[in-house]
Amino acid sequence: MELKKDEKLNIEEILKDLEHYRPRRRGWHWREKVENQKIGPFEYLETSKGLKNSIPLPAAKYFGNIDPQPDFVITTEIASGRFEDDIRRMRMAAWHGADHIMVIRTAGQSHFDGLIEGTPEGVGGVPITRKQLRATRKALDMIEDEVGRPINFHSYVSGVAGPEVAVLFAEEGVNGAHQDPQYNVLYRNVNMVRSFVDAAVAKKIMAWADMIQIDGAHNANATAREAWKVMPELMVQHAINAMYSLKVGMKKENICLSTVPPTAPPAPCLRLDLPYAVALRELFKGFRMRAQMNTKYIESSTREATVTHVLNLLISRLTGADIQSTITPDEGRNVPWHYFNIQAIDTAKQALVGMDGLTEMVQIKRDGPLGEKVRELKERAVLFLEEILEVGGYFKAVEMGFFVDSGFYPERNGDGIVRKIDGGVGAGTVVKRDEDYMAPVCHHFGYNNLPEGLEHPCDLIGGCTLCNPDKIAYIDELDEKDNVHVRLEETRELREKGLIKPEVEWFADGVVCLNVFLPVNEEVAEAAGLEIAKRMGLQDAEVIHREIMHPAEGTYLEIKGKVPFAIDPATLSIPKKPEVLSEEEIRSFIKEHPMKIVAATVGEDEHSVGLREIIDIKHGGIEGFGIECHYLGTSVPVEKVVDAAIEIDADAILISTIITHADIHRINMRKLHELCIEKGIREKVILVGGGTQVTDEMAKEAGLDAGFGRGTKGIHVASFLVKKMKEKIEKNGG
Amino acid sequence: MQRKDDFEERRKHLANLTEEELEKRFWELTEKIVDPLIELARTHTSPSIERSVLLRMGFDSLTAKAVVEKCVEKGLLGKGAGHVVLKYALYKGISVKEAGNQLARGEGWDEIEKAMALKIDASTVGKVM
Repeated sequence: MELKKDEKLNIEEILKDLEHYRPRRRGWHWREKVENQKIGPFEYLETSKGLKNSIPLPAAKYFGNIDPQPDFVITTEIASGRFEDDIRRMRMAAWHGADHIMVIRTAGQSHFDGLIEGTPEGVGGVPITRKQLRATRKALDMIEDEVGRPINFHSYVSGVAGPEVAVLFAEEGVNGAHQDPQYNVLYRNVNMVRSFVDAAVAKKIMAWADMIQIDGAHNANATAREAWKVMPELMVQHAINAMYSLKVGMKKENICLSTVPPTAPPAPCLRLDLPYAVALRELFKGFRMRAQMNTKYIESSTREATVTHVLNLLISRLTGADIQSTITPDEGRNVPWHYFNIQAIDTAKQALVGMDGLTEMVQIKRDGPLGEKVRELKERAVLFLEEILEVGGYFKAVEMGFFVDSGFYPERNGDGIVRKIDGGVGAGTVVKRDEDYMAPVCHHFGYNNLPEGLEHPCDLIGGCTLCNPDKIAYIDELDEKDNVHVRLEETRELREKGLIKPEVEWFADGVVCLNVFLPVNEEVAEAAGLEIAKRMGLQDAEVIHREIMHPAEGTYLEIKGKVPFAIDPATLSIPKKPEVLSEEEIRSFIKEHPMKIVAATVGEDEHSVGLREIIDIKHGGIEGFGIECHYLGTSVPVEKVVDAAIEIDADAILISTIITHADIHRINMRKLHELCIEKGIREKVILVGGGTQVTDEMAKEAGLDAGFGRGTKGIHVASFLVKKMKEKIEKNGG
Repeated sequence: MQRKDDFEERRKHLANLTEEELEKRFWELTEKIVDPLIELARTHTSPSIERSVLLRMGFDSLTAKAVVEKCVEKGLLGKGAGHVVLKYALYKGISVKEAGNQLARGEGWDEIEKAMALKIDASTVGKVM
């Protein structure tokens, strides 16, 4: 099935015949870096192959709509609890430049001793099942064809079912996973023996599938009271998982360190975070860096989060990264909404492209204070390792609360996480392999008493699923009430009739968000804000963000609520897009009927960019079609424009009006029309108004012949002028 | 444990190491910590590991779970769940799939001891599918 740009993903189509769907490839895809890449008017030093279909940054329209793709893989985490809705968000994310889609698991899955099947709804994530993986992979296969770049699919090989989940991922074309036994031990209270024994088998299967692995060390940042003090420990955690993985047989270049700049403003974060980033990249040369953004200090302000994340991106650019993960700026207040995923991706793309080639001109001062810090961090990490060995090894160290202590090692505050060797989920379940232990399957880690002379271990059973995917057993659904088909049934009417409801997370969830400033203090503002939302008809209104502008002068609020209705598009009047003539047609008409125009930004208005775009030949403006343009500049009085038109005997007047304060744009448009009548040229000249807030209807209401708003191109205006001229010629008898 | 930052005292033996020597020490210590963990994993197994074997043998997760639970109950996990299924298939002369399904249903466990006594070698290849 091929996706069409103007058509929505058909979830039902994706769910069809899943039993026989097979992923088309295995393994991770890194972006293909292109050295000194020419894109539009620029040369880039740190970009990769471009996309077939994409949505560029908003300002790209000033640069020929270029959409340079940075060299780092860009991650977005999508998991709303319903994979069928997440798939649509994944498509949007891919168009904006994400090529690593990470799916968070539903709460509690890490303690589920076995695999979950079917498509039950999740909480704070998605239940990872074979059907969910297969449907998502199928959708991503179509989406990667649409954007023209492979998409890496990712989830978690952790908890008490690690080895099974690893097999599942290898079979279903998952390209990357979190895997770190320390994460289970510290944050999921999985028994430590079980966690490490399971991890080796899981890692070996991941290695076969050529998946990349991300560790769990960054969680210490989010858990420790003072995140920046755990830096020595983070290096220890990275090292233990990295070395363990190497010993199991994973390739070094598939082992990624999950690293987060630990601090955020108002701390002087770069001075704290940069030495850590440098130390890590020096100690772990040859491994991959997955640069994550800070979550520890995210509050409900999406602006504040974005600034912190841009500073994180500066560190990525200066010190290097292989995967740039993104945290949605709304993560501090809710499960991420559609458009905040997109914002986070765009933030990464924008900042990385903006800092392209920065290190050619700006260099880290390795000597001096940074170098001293780097050295100190490495020494502290070495001392940490020494003490682990002194007390009798890793398990003993965990029992003694070595990890996630808020002291700056070797300082100890005694608040570390303590786990016992015989405690936790899955304690007592590990057994010694007997002398005749055997597993008749391929890529199995550890002792395996297979008979001599086998070509493949699985020859004993006529093939395993890794060698022959046709052997994979597929379970569709186990719960007839909690599954995707039941959920789709609930929205069937809306979908089939094409009714429109706002959404942030799930199809037709109805959620909208209001931005409100109220000139009162915080407490009053909150109560008033909720009352406003209620009177506007919003249900379940909730204040999700508040910021004091001044204790007495006012408060800014963001309020979410649900709209209880759907819109039928058949009842809408949708303005038609202007019909555009071919360039050829316009040029040949102008050749036979030369046209002259006068153009200016009128009133007290210094905006010139929009109008220049419409006129300038280099932006594809109307000059390019042979129309003679007389550009008068900005802040030109309307009278002067009309006088100029009379002087050169213009066929048309183009005015631009961006400022709308006190309705000045309407007033100036009307004034132009009336002045032309007064001077007796209205019949002769075509009057066109333009500006970001101008619409065709508004301009006609003011007496002009046409109005052009946001997104207008030279060809739109040229087409209109030519058509209007033709009409005039016909009216005057040719 | 509570302890003041005694970094200056503790680091004395590291002070004269070059950057390279320090990094080498970091990785040598890591390896010493990891080696016993790897050895533990090499010689042990768990219910999840055995279920992962059964999945690779082509069983669905429900069957894998049931067979492994029975293996734990019978003290056979250390033999390997896949091993148990394979031996039962050979003993009964049935397919691996059928053997696993029977064992998952709770059938055949009274014959397991005899089945496990079978010897297998490379010539077993092709006897069951």
